Amino acid sequence: MFDSLSDRLSKTVRNWLGQGRLSEDNIQDSLREIRLALLEADVALPVVKIFIDNIKAKAIGVDVIKTLSPGQMLVKIVQDELTLLLGEKNDALDLAIKPPAVMLLAGLQGSGKTTSAAKLAKYLTERHEKKVLLVSCDVYRPAAIEQLATLAAEINVDIEASNASEQPLEIAARAKLRAQKEWYDVLIVDTAGRLHIDEAMMHEISALNAALNPIETLFVVDSMTGQDAATTAKAFNDALPLTGIILTKTDGDARGGAALSIRHITGKPIKFLGVGERVTALEPFHPDRLASRILGMGDIVSLVEEAQLHVDKVKADKLTKKMQKGKGFDLEDFRDQIAQMNKMGGIQSLMGKLPGMGAIPANVKDKVNDKSFVQIVAIINSMTPKERRDPDILKGSRKKRIANGSGTQVQDVNRLLKQFYDMQTMMKRMGKGGKGLMAMLGGMGGGMPPMPGR
Amino acid sequence: MFSFLKKKSPEVVNSPTTDTCELEPIKPALEGNINLDEPVIAVKKSLLSRFRVNLTKTRHKFTDQVANLLLGKKVIDQALLDELETLLISADLGMEATQIIIKGLTQNIARKALTNPDALWDALRRALIDILTPCQKRLDLSHSKPAVFLMIGINGAGKTTTIGKLSHYLKAQGLNVMLAAGDTFRAAAVEQLQAWGARNQLPVIAQQTGADSASVLFDAVTAAKARHSDVLLADTAGRLHNKDHLMEELKKIKRVLGKAEPGAPHEICLVLDAGIGQNGLVQLEKFHQALGVTSLILTKLDGTAKGGIIFAIAEKFKLPIYFIGVGEHVDDLRPFNAIEFVDGLLPLMTL
Repeated sequence: MFDSLSDRLSKTVRNWLGQGRLSEDNIQDSLREIRLALLEADVALPVVKIFIDNIKAKAIGVDVIKTLSPGQMLVKIVQDELTLLLGEKNDALDLAIKPPAVMLLAGLQGSGKTTSAAKLAKYLTERHEKKVLLVSCDVYRPAAIEQLATLAAEINVDIEASNASEQPLEIAARAKLRAQKEWYDVLIVDTAGRLHIDEAMMHEISALNAALNPIETLFVVDSMTGQDAATTAKAFNDALPLTGIILTKTDGDARGGAALSIRHITGKPIKFLGVGERVTALEPFHPDRLASRILGMGDIVSLVEEAQLHVDKVKADKLTKKMQKGKGFDLEDFRDQIAQMNKMGGIQSLMGKLPGMGAIPANVKDKVNDKSFVQIVAIINSMTPKERRDPDILKGSRKKRIANGSGTQVQDVNRLLKQFYDMQTMMKRMGKGGKGLMAMLGGMGGGMPPMPGR
Repeated sequence: MFSFLKKKSPEVVNSPTTDTCELEPIKPALEGNINLDEPVIAVKKSLLSRFRVNLTKTRHKFTDQVANLLLGKKVIDQALLDELETLLISADLGMEATQIIIKGLTQNIARKALTNPDALWDALRRALIDILTPCQKRLDLSHSKPAVFLMIGINGAGKTTTIGKLSHYLKAQGLNVMLAAGDTFRAAAVEQLQAWGARNQLPVIAQQTGADSASVLFDAVTAAKARHSDVLLADTAGRLHNKDHLMEELKKIKRVLGKAEPGAPHEICLVLDAGIGQNGLVQLEKFHQALGVTSLILTKLDGTAKGGIIFAIAEKFKLPIYFIGVGEHVDDLRPFNAIEFVDGLLPLMTL
């Protein structure tokens, strides 16, 4: 499938690895890659353009933190900006009015309004202990009213009966009256799916909105929507005073770029995510998670933040200098890097945050464990300083002594040495650009060097 | 050179508006209440004009953009090509299909085969038509009796509505059609299909919600054989392609159908929402991998969504696209036609 943004960026930044500052010249290619990645994630084009301009303004002149590659720095800027644009975490529903709080759901056909209405009712009943009344004003689609009635029975929430021969406005007015009379806290009004260019239907929904005077008018939209999301969102936002967005079908594997378009165009908060077919599958919205997903990557930002926090900068610099002077990467450096990795929560937690790691089967992941690193450190600790600096001198009797000293077998020592030589080759190949731990992790993401494991 | 472009484009801009005005008074009647006892009578307005109106309405914005792009341009330059690329992407064509098209155009420009924006426009049209032409095939259900037509897709793509419209279409062709309510999961999906059956006066084989979908469909095939139906249209529950257990359920349905009638299902049709973004391709890949999809139907083309993902799909899979859905009415299902589709996207602006 598509390359993740971080993979794409690493391709474009390879040429300017030595540069310590992001500039107009060196980010040009990267910006193109970001643009493509956003488009492939279905972010609408006008939004992409504005977004790229923002990134450009923010990135130029930024100093690259030594432990990061410029590409990672750029990814961080992009993700921060995305998170910012996607808005606040979980804007709560506004229930602070004289009951009933009316909530009106609107959207295109098949976006998930009826299912969301039931999920929302369940959520409000259970989490907020509200007395909820549901009503369907969908008199057009066959069996739409029955669908909501079935769901209402399933979640044990009251529903105002309606039928397809009535006018939506009549149904809504009757439901609101009942909600007032019978002291319901919340009235959730489901409506028929409609196209934003269907004037008669758009007129109907604004009339409904005017009559109900809802405290929440929620736009329900499929997270898999393509470029058209921008057009649709704009039309609904123009016709209705939207207060928020429900993003549905987010349990699929679409990147969900539509969320960014809709959020940007309407300026309204995304309040909930539909995460499955069951009536409980409704979650408050987390902008950071969605940002990662749009970019198609793991939680690289928190990885970057941890790197900033935990990596011993002095040691990393020392290694970088050493590499630049042309001196080899030795076993002592190897040990230091393992120690730094442990400071960052160990290999398993790091792998969870690396992009592309989701695709690795669990049994392979399990083979890479922190325990095997303990053994490596023990073996290295059993060597003399001279041996650590120059492992070539290790012959049979030395290996036997080291194995005994570390409580391992000669084979384990040999395996470690092989891994070490592989890594040394890799480090040499990286040459002057070697950036210590991060470069090593980058290499691991690409499938090399062989992981220690048993 | 551009005189006709300049002359023609205002018409292109205006015509949808006029058509919309014509259509408006009819609309409420079309979308009126569904009364099971009185099937909605087909509106006499010509099908083709309905389709044209809906499709033109859909596309005029895109066309305007392209026309604006070409107007006032004397030479083809990189900026123009970049803009075209951008436009194709914004129609949901996706990077791969877009780049193939742009690359082809660029090569022709390099060979001096394209020298002005008019020629570029034509070449773009031709390229788009060429991609879709292999997909333009007529649905032929005469090989087997009953022909079992299995409808699959993600939630809310429009499977049940499409079955309703397709059953009307097939019945009008004199075929003996039966419906099977294989969506036993979603609340009131069975009732929704039954409503369509009643409206089109067709038998519907159904059990209650929660029943085993494969067993409902097995019974339906048996019933279709007993009643000598020509076609059995089998609905299934919407499912996301990344839910393994639901994909396994579909595989089981396919196996069970094969047991009920050798060779069944004869068609496995994926229903795609025209509004879908790049995930449409992933959907097809996953469903194809699990079941072997044999054809496509593209729904909801009456909005502003361009359905451009089918270009990417056609590039990769060359599956027949039998129909497109252009509205909620029972008549709003049209055989897919590559030239008509591209005409909606980029009308013939030169003579």
